[in-house]
Order: sequence, then C-alpha cells, then structure tokens
Amino acid sequence: MSGPALRRWLVPAAALSCFAAIVLSVRAEIRLGERRSAYEDMSRDNKAMQDDDTANPGMLAVLDGEALWRAKAGGAGKSCADCHGDPEEKMKGVAARYPAFDAAAGRPLNLEQRINVCRERQLNASPFSYESRELLALTAYLGLQSRGEPVAPPEDPRLTPYREKGRELYNQRIGQLNLACVHCHDDNWGKSLAGNKIPQAHPTGYPIYRLEWQSLGSLQRRLRNCMIGMRAEPYTYGAAEYVDMELYLMWRARGMKVETPAVRP
Amino acid sequence: MTTPARTLINVPKNAKRGEVIAIKSLISHLMETGFRHDNMGRGIPRDIITSLVCTYNGEEIFNATLHPAIAANPFITFHTVATESGTISFKWTGDNGFVAEASAKITVA
Repeated sequence: MSGPALRRWLVPAAALSCFAAIVLSVRAEIRLGERRSAYEDMSRDNKAMQDDDTANPGMLAVLDGEALWRAKAGGAGKSCADCHGDPEEKMKGVAARYPAFDAAAGRPLNLEQRINVCRERQLNASPFSYESRELLALTAYLGLQSRGEPVAPPEDPRLTPYREKGRELYNQRIGQLNLACVHCHDDNWGKSLAGNKIPQAHPTGYPIYRLEWQSLGSLQRRLRNCMIGMRAEPYTYGAAEYVDMELYLMWRARGMKVETPAVRP
Repeated sequence: MTTPARTLINVPKNAKRGEVIAIKSLISHLMETGFRHDNMGRGIPRDIITSLVCTYNGEEIFNATLHPAIAANPFITFHTVATESGTISFKWTGDNGFVAEASAKITVA
C-alpha cells in the first residue's frame, strides 16, 4: 500500500479507536435493578439440582465441611466449633461479608485465607493448601450458613484502595485475546458465547459445584478459568490480585442473595 | 479414598399405600476411570463404585451395575411403589473394598 493510501486508512482507524476508547471509558456498570444471578439462566434440570439439597453435589462437600468444623486439629487441640460454636447462628452472614480487612495481615483476606489464618493462629494447625478438598469443604460449609442472606461487603475504608485495584483489574485488558472482564460481563451479558449465555459474573454461589469440573471449585478457580480463556497467564492461587478482584466483585453483587453451594453447568 | 464417603438420600417420609414414590441417592466418589495416566506415564488404577443395591425392608427393589464413564459423585434416582412402612437401605460397593451404606425410614399409611 502506498503512503497516501495507507494514511487514508490509518486516519479513520485512529479516529475510530479514539472513539472506541472514549465509549469504553464512559461505559456504565450494570444498574442495580438489572443484576441477575446466572442461576436464572440455567436449565430447569440444573436449577432443580441446585434447589434440592439431596441432589446438589455441593452438599456432599458441606457434609465434609461440617465434620472438619467439629474435628479437633493442630497443637492447640481445639476445633473450629470450640471457639465459634453453633455455626447456624454464629456464622450466619459471615461468608456474605468476605473478603474483609485483616489488621495483622495488613490487607484484605478472603474466606479461604481467613480459615487458614484461623487454623494457624488459633488451632496451631498447618494451613490447607488452596483449592484442597478440605478448604473447599469448610468454605462451602460456612457459605451455606449465609445462604439466602444478602451479600454485604463491609463498609471499611481500609478496603477501598484494594477494591479500587480490583476494579482496575476488572477493566484491564489481558491476554492474547486482549479482553477485560468488563467486555463480556458488563457490556455483553445475556448474549451468546460458544452456545452459552454470558453471565454477569456475580460471585454469589461460591464455592460452586460446576458440572464441567465434576467437582467443587472456588471463585479463584473460576477467575483462572476466564484468564486462561483470554490466553492470559493466571496468577497463582491465593494471589493478592484475586482477593482484590473478589472484593470488587462482591461489592458489585452487594445485596444479591448468597446461593452457596451453587450448581453451575 | 482417604475420607468416608458422604451420601445423600431422598426418600419421602410419608406415603400412601400403593403410591409411586421417587427415590434419589447421591454419593461422593472420585470415580477414577482407570484409563488415565499420571505425569510419569504410569496408569492410574481404576477406582470406581461398581454397584448400588437398594432394599425395602430387606427385599431388593433396585440394583445398578456401574462402569467407567458414569460420573464423579453418581446421582441415581428411581421409582418404586410404597407398600408398607419400614426402612429403605442403600449399599454401594466398589473397587479397593469400597463400601458405603445409608438408610431412610418411610411411613406408609
């Protein structure tokens, strides 16, 4: 292509990309009233599986979690139940508030990290590895205690910079496909992607039993899934970036009902 | 498996005599197919549930033989006729001496 011809193409292309950048930068978040859980887009069978506690495979992990909750562990010879008591009343709504700021760690911790910190500090036990069966089970058990409760991110000013970092990551283009979370989950939710409806990405049911995984998985596993789909390099499990994103996602889902343990296709 | 298998069964607590009732059972299990290899190329031995037998007051009402490619955490549901009050028992058996049992009471009026 000769010089002037190239310029003829480049100028409108540059103008168009400027325009696109402007449009993208003023893009609005999903309005509170328009938010919906991916539950609503599931098939009748999958909904039935989530709704029936004897058919929801996530409940198997909950049973494991209950056993772990009561089991004595570590050098202190205590169990979770020894300090926290009856989870049905004491732990109600707790999972709906995480991630929360931890003064000793000096940064926000998600529920999994909180469980592990508690094991180390109070039980004198070794932490569970991330995404281990035990950690997922305890997280699911605690999550269940908040089922039906609204997601309630704490109004803690110390969380604000981390949440803003999470928002930044949510809007940051990544990977070879050069897409950000926002492009699918805010701009194009409800449309089709490879035969599936694009959800709004509200983390209301984690850990979820995903039929594709045939197992329970954490929100971080799901985030890694999306990042690999973008052909980006995922962070390692437990990375600060994930917790920041969790903070933003939970704030985005504030007031929505907790569904843990949810079933997803 | 290192942990005891978790089971969830759904049997109606009450039923009318002659009523057709739905029975649902779910059990946690890896269901390792035996077709996979580890990162050293060694075969991972098969570890699956091979059978489920369900009895109603001792009488067998349902059995299933399971093979690879069923599912992790098999969920099996079937129907039967409520004939009398009693116990409906489930017994899963599998590779490596795996045994799990569960039962539920039903009152038939």
